[in-house]
Amino acid sequence: MKTDVGITGAVHGHVAHDSAEKHVTGRADYTDDIPEPVGTLHGYLGLAPCAHGRLTGLDLSAVVAAPGVVGVLTAADIPGLNDISPTGCRDEPVFPEALVEFHGQPIFAVIAETRDAARRAAELARVEIEPLPAAIGIEAALAAGYPDVTAPLVLERGDVGPALAAATHRIRARMTVGGQDHMYLEGQIAFAIPGEDDEVTVHASTQHPTEVQQMVAQVLGVPANAVVVNVRRMGGGFGGKETQMNLFCVVAALAAKRWNQAVKIRPDRDQDMIATGKRHDVVVDYEVGFGADGVIHAVDATVTARCGFSADLSGPVTDRALFHADNAYFYQAVRLRSRPLKTNTVSNTAFRGFGGPQGMIAAERMIEEIACALGRDPLEIRRANFYREGRDLTPYHQRVEDNIVGRLVDELEASADYAARRAAVLEHNARGGIIAKGIALTPVKFGISFTATHYNQAGALVHVYKDGSIHLNHGGTEMGQGLNTKVAQVVADAFQVDIERVRITKTTTEKVPNTSATAASSGSDLNGMAALDACEQIKARLVAFAAESRGVAPEDVRFAPNEVRIGAEPVPFDRLVHEAYMARVHLSAAGFYKTPKIHWDRATGRGHPFYYFAYGAACSEVSVDTLTGEYRVDRVDILHDVGRSLNPALDLGQVEGGFVQGMGWLTTEELWWDEEGRLRTHAPSTYKIPLASDIPRIFNVRLADWSENREMTIKRSKAVGEPPFMLAISVLEALSMAVASVADYRECPRLDAPATPERVLMAIARLTGEA
Amino acid sequence: MTKMHLTLTVNGEAVETLAEPRELLIHVLRERLGITGPHIGCETSHCGACTVDMDGKSVKACTIFAAQAQGAEITTIEGIGTPDSLHVLQEMFREHHGLQCGFCTPGMITRAWRLLKENPTPSEEEVRFGMAGNLCRCTGYQNIVKSVLAAANELNTVKEAAE
Ligand code: FES
Ligand code: FES
Repeated sequence: MKTDVGITGAVHGHVAHDSAEKHVTGRADYTDDIPEPVGTLHGYLGLAPCAHGRLTGLDLSAVVAAPGVVGVLTAADIPGLNDISPTGCRDEPVFPEALVEFHGQPIFAVIAETRDAARRAAELARVEIEPLPAAIGIEAALAAGYPDVTAPLVLERGDVGPALAAATHRIRARMTVGGQDHMYLEGQIAFAIPGEDDEVTVHASTQHPTEVQQMVAQVLGVPANAVVVNVRRMGGGFGGKETQMNLFCVVAALAAKRWNQAVKIRPDRDQDMIATGKRHDVVVDYEVGFGADGVIHAVDATVTARCGFSADLSGPVTDRALFHADNAYFYQAVRLRSRPLKTNTVSNTAFRGFGGPQGMIAAERMIEEIACALGRDPLEIRRANFYREGRDLTPYHQRVEDNIVGRLVDELEASADYAARRAAVLEHNARGGIIAKGIALTPVKFGISFTATHYNQAGALVHVYKDGSIHLNHGGTEMGQGLNTKVAQVVADAFQVDIERVRITKTTTEKVPNTSATAASSGSDLNGMAALDACEQIKARLVAFAAESRGVAPEDVRFAPNEVRIGAEPVPFDRLVHEAYMARVHLSAAGFYKTPKIHWDRATGRGHPFYYFAYGAACSEVSVDTLTGEYRVDRVDILHDVGRSLNPALDLGQVEGGFVQGMGWLTTEELWWDEEGRLRTHAPSTYKIPLASDIPRIFNVRLADWSENREMTIKRSKAVGEPPFMLAISVLEALSMAVASVADYRECPRLDAPATPERVLMAIARLTGEA
Repeated sequence: MTKMHLTLTVNGEAVETLAEPRELLIHVLRERLGITGPHIGCETSHCGACTVDMDGKSVKACTIFAAQAQGAEITTIEGIGTPDSLHVLQEMFREHHGLQCGFCTPGMITRAWRLLKENPTPSEEEVRFGMAGNLCRCTGYQNIVKSVLAAANELNTVKEAAE
């Protein structure tokens, strides 16, 4: 066979991010970099100074009189529906009319000639609120009998009560897990430009253009076809721009139409952190029954989440927490319950993992409990409970069919030299001293697909121009994950042309309608397939044309690198395209994809909600100063499964970045509200994400190169956005082991997250009886 | 407020503009001079997205008043290299995937540019600490550190060859 010189940007290759060159030269445009039309106005939000109360007076006369102010917007100025609930719960007003439900809730907007003028003026509002009792945290909300913001879920299999009663060992305890701010480096931003009639165009940094379109339309009271939403790229999203951008876009669009000028809204970092939702903090009450061999017989657990004042995405988030409360382990009998609890805080939202991490961490805590109780290496307990043939039914009655977690863990155990290092850690700790060490190896199994089945669809639009250049558009949004690069690779591969020929364009509701959020790690799975579908349609037309024009059979037409072989004749791609155009062949196609196989019945808690699972394993080693609680992560080894990687370079980046972000969640990132319900960690000055100097001293990350998705996904790859986040649970487990060493590992330290040095120190004090 | 007449050298070019004395340098650059490479992440000196080089030092342009920048020599990412002639650091960030969303990248590279002048042969640990004033939420820093080390290596090889 003649060997072809391959194309550039082929699938499975280490292709650089398509915007890399623009990024390194500062020429990549974000929403804030779009040139502003003359007369552009700037908006700023005014926030409520009380966590819960009746809004009895809102005097904005001083605001309106302030220099540079053009006007203000309140609930009374909304022509359409005053609601931006993404799930149609009607519980999230743009601006409240009568009731304030969290400290920092936006209650009005100021529009001014400059951003500075708007910010200053916003401070001049006179707000009268008649306070009502407020519940800030989970305990308080439970005590006050607060309702759930949305219907809870129960997953049940087997008879939990008797199974618990019959188990040799039984442990019942509680775990508290903190929330997390997204801290995307580019904050929320919306820029609206009024159009003719009822039209408006919004440029925004959103993961969900279609939802913004729908929200703007509903609030303005216009049809969706009057609203265009554009997203070129985001400076990070992580779930924080899935629904949270709606507010800013809606207000910018309202103002743009009202004053018939372009309007930009960019909150400062403090307002961004105060007024937008975060990862849910949760309390997990668990009871686990197990045998002397460490095998789990029964689990009964309730995950209670601080949801904030409205439902937002808390339903699906807490559902996903339950879907992952098994992690990679088979529970013979199980009952899992969610409590999506209302509180007087900002409405919590999507964040990488979408509740999955909060469920999974409880599974790992239970393993740790068992290991401590039996005096065994937690890794042995993990292995004893892995899903495998015959023990493969999840709490939601989906069978786990690709049991590769055992292989991943075995390989990582060997490559990280876990056994010898654990022995060394034990020996180090036995010698005593101020520095205690810990090591832990934990697995990840993460379900891929939106559990809202209708979200698992995508569209793409591909044009081949008559000069042979290709225009690619799809419904996904680029937030740094490299989605555009991967989809362009798929298109280049389909036509067998160099990737430079494929131009990736901004995401816009004008080209691909009715898209889903770029979320749930599904971006390349869905949009890659939709783009491929579009390419296949165009290719089929080109093949038919080529075969007919040369009088050969369609089977004898083949797309080779940068040329098409028609029988024995090689025709350059450009030339064939031009010939096809002259022969009036349609060179544009809209592609579509919907994930097969999935179904889910929430009422019965049964179904096949996930198309497949992505796996990984991580081994972390830490050193803890037992006098101060401070620690370092000495070494981390990761082996992660992305199926057949579409782009190993981008995937490794996702694994590393996800891990470090997860480490932040479990170590340094602490959200803290005072009794009044004021978020006190509302800027990077007090809210600490990992720095370059915090990452593991030794950091070995590999992809499982043997893995291949057993489902027919795009080029047999697997999703990668969220799963690696949970590899960081190994850090918490390692810290916990170091803490446990001070009492000879007899007692589970029950180290809650985030394990800040204070919390580590308190756990040590508890174990040594000095608390 | 009365505006002052501000004269600066930005990326080797003399520029003049009117700005309020207490306006932040990052706003002067982005809004008055149209230099949008340096980004705004926090406006409180904690993220480093706005990092520029001023009179031979890395500074966060959100903590410098316009008045303080009077007469200063400023280099932004735009002055470090262009798409047609990338600086080695820029090449290495691209080659070693030292970016994802790219929002931190201009600040990172501008900081690294100064770091390598301060210390042309940094150890991995020195790079990690030398870059610790710049936040990145996407990459986990691993590839950023690799990119800087690779650039240092490359620059030193070129220098050795020249000697
Ligand atoms: S914007 Fe200047 S340090 Fe964050
Ligand atoms: S690449 Fe996104 S913040 Fe660094």
